[in-house]
Amino acid sequence: MPSSDLRIALSKRKPLFLIAAGFAFLAGVIPLAVAADDNTATQAAGVAADTVWVIVTGCLVMFMQAGFAMLEVGFSRMKNVGTVVAKVVTNLSVSSIAYWAVGFGFAFGAGGIFAVIGGSGFFPTFSPGSQMNLPAIAGSTAPAAAKWFFEFVFCAVSLAIVWGTMIERTKFIVYILFGVPFAALIYPLISHQLFGGGFLMATLGSQDFAGSTVVHLTGATAGLAGLLLLGPRIGKYEKGRSNAIPGHNMPLAQLGVLILWFGWFGFNPGSTLNATNLHFADIVVVTNLAAAAGAVAALATIYFITKTMDVGMIGNGAIAALVAITAPSGYVEPWAAIVIGAVAGVIVVVGVLVLDKVLDDPVGALPAHGLAGIWGTLSCGLFTVPALAKFNGVGQGGFFYTGSLHQLGAQAIAVTASFLTVFVLSYSLFWIIKKTVGLRVSAREEMEGLDISEHGMWGYPESFMPVPGGVYRQADTPTVNPLRSPEPVGSPARSEGSAA
Amino acid sequence: MKMVMAIIRHERLQEVQDVLDECGVSGVTVTEVKGCGAQRGYTEKYRGASVHISLIPRLKVEAVMQAEIVKTVVDKLAEAARTGDHGEVGDGKIFVIDVEDAVRIRTGEHGPATVKHAERAMWGH
Repeated sequence: MPSSDLRIALSKRKPLFLIAAGFAFLAGVIPLAVAADDNTATQAAGVAADTVWVIVTGCLVMFMQAGFAMLEVGFSRMKNVGTVVAKVVTNLSVSSIAYWAVGFGFAFGAGGIFAVIGGSGFFPTFSPGSQMNLPAIAGSTAPAAAKWFFEFVFCAVSLAIVWGTMIERTKFIVYILFGVPFAALIYPLISHQLFGGGFLMATLGSQDFAGSTVVHLTGATAGLAGLLLLGPRIGKYEKGRSNAIPGHNMPLAQLGVLILWFGWFGFNPGSTLNATNLHFADIVVVTNLAAAAGAVAALATIYFITKTMDVGMIGNGAIAALVAITAPSGYVEPWAAIVIGAVAGVIVVVGVLVLDKVLDDPVGALPAHGLAGIWGTLSCGLFTVPALAKFNGVGQGGFFYTGSLHQLGAQAIAVTASFLTVFVLSYSLFWIIKKTVGLRVSAREEMEGLDISEHGMWGYPESFMPVPGGVYRQADTPTVNPLRSPEPVGSPARSEGSAA
Repeated sequence: MKMVMAIIRHERLQEVQDVLDECGVSGVTVTEVKGCGAQRGYTEKYRGASVHISLIPRLKVEAVMQAEIVKTVVDKLAEAARTGDHGEVGDGKIFVIDVEDAVRIRTGEHGPATVKHAERAMWGH
């Protein structure tokens, strides 16, 4: 029978058939399984790439502290340099703890209060790869700890900017008394508005890619508030004249500029919080172009005005341009970066020359971080490429692409609101500090220099000790000279002696 | 004994020292000083603000010698400290001062012998 033949034939071939079917099944399934594995591996690699990128750029931004330290040291006199580095290290430290405790939660935590400030994620704990509920930066796959670190170093930069206006005469304790609330509340407020999904960013669509307003204008505004209450250094203004008080070391100041420029390759490109979409590479280019244009424009401007190629101004130009390109760095094309940077370079030179007549700002922080920060934030309203606004999901194209002033308006509101908020809060805080512990050292201490009067040691001892290379007796060593009292000045023995 | 005190430009120091060696002057003391002459300094620019630098850096060269060689030393020193052939404003000044006594600390001996070093002149510098 044909049918039984067929059955026999099939049964005879059964092993073969099964093997064939088995191969067919595996051929179908193995690729699927491999593909699934591939997907997981690709995702893991992506997460790792993003995480490494966020941490590495965070470290670059942390290194900007060294840039601020050298910039301020260079623009200070020799008697006030130790206090600058002590201040930078102390501020970095106190702001670390304050930002971990509550700052990060106020800036990025979910459950915000009326889109004014974040409301969760205080005292965060982390475990390998753990995430937190951070709605505004949920797009990045990096774990919460990486995001915390990156956002913290931004806060530390903002705090570092505050003091450039106030060096050479501020009491050391003020750095701590202002630094803690600044890192815990003032900076996070503005950060929440423009980075953390607050009203300005989410509802109004104000663009600030890496913080021209959030970091730089905030720092400079607090610096302005402090400066107004603090007053100028002794000898700066006499008989209506503004005297120059030259800093002691231009090479260090310009080393500071170059370190900041280097750190900015973390600041702007890292603000993608994302390595896998490759947007960061474009941002590196626009950041560098803007800085270059700023330095050249500042050089040309100062030469045009004074016929000298002022060393400090060239550096100020680069910094101002970097500040200005910070907000638009994720939104603009290279040609626009050059325009934005060059305008900032002109603004900073004119700004320093004009502000110096009335405000004693030794490093030029107000023009470089304040005016350039305002310009940079506004420039988004002119130069933002519509496609990049869409890519970043904030706001829309700028005037030169859309012909609409809508985005410029949103930028202007962001600048005004941030300035007013920070100014009022900082001024109040500095006012309270002034009325309680005081902002300023005594005139005598200022004249002697803060290194010796506040810290009991010099930044450059061999420049101040009577004889470099000599030996020094302990202060309590008895002296044999009858004309010189062994007692410290003002002690009872001394006053009795002089009365007799 | 006389002391020759010369205020000179930094860049002329080597020539001035050569002259002192050539004349057999025994010792020399060089100090970095700041001061001004008739020009009263110059004006600089710092961050756009003009700054008047009234005191400018110079070197003070002091050497004590026996009275008889002073005239030669001073003439040669003036020539050595001069900028170019005709000199420039700011080249400095030379003062000659009487010295009452001198003591060599090592031996305690007094008087002109302590600054005598005439053999040097014969070495043919």
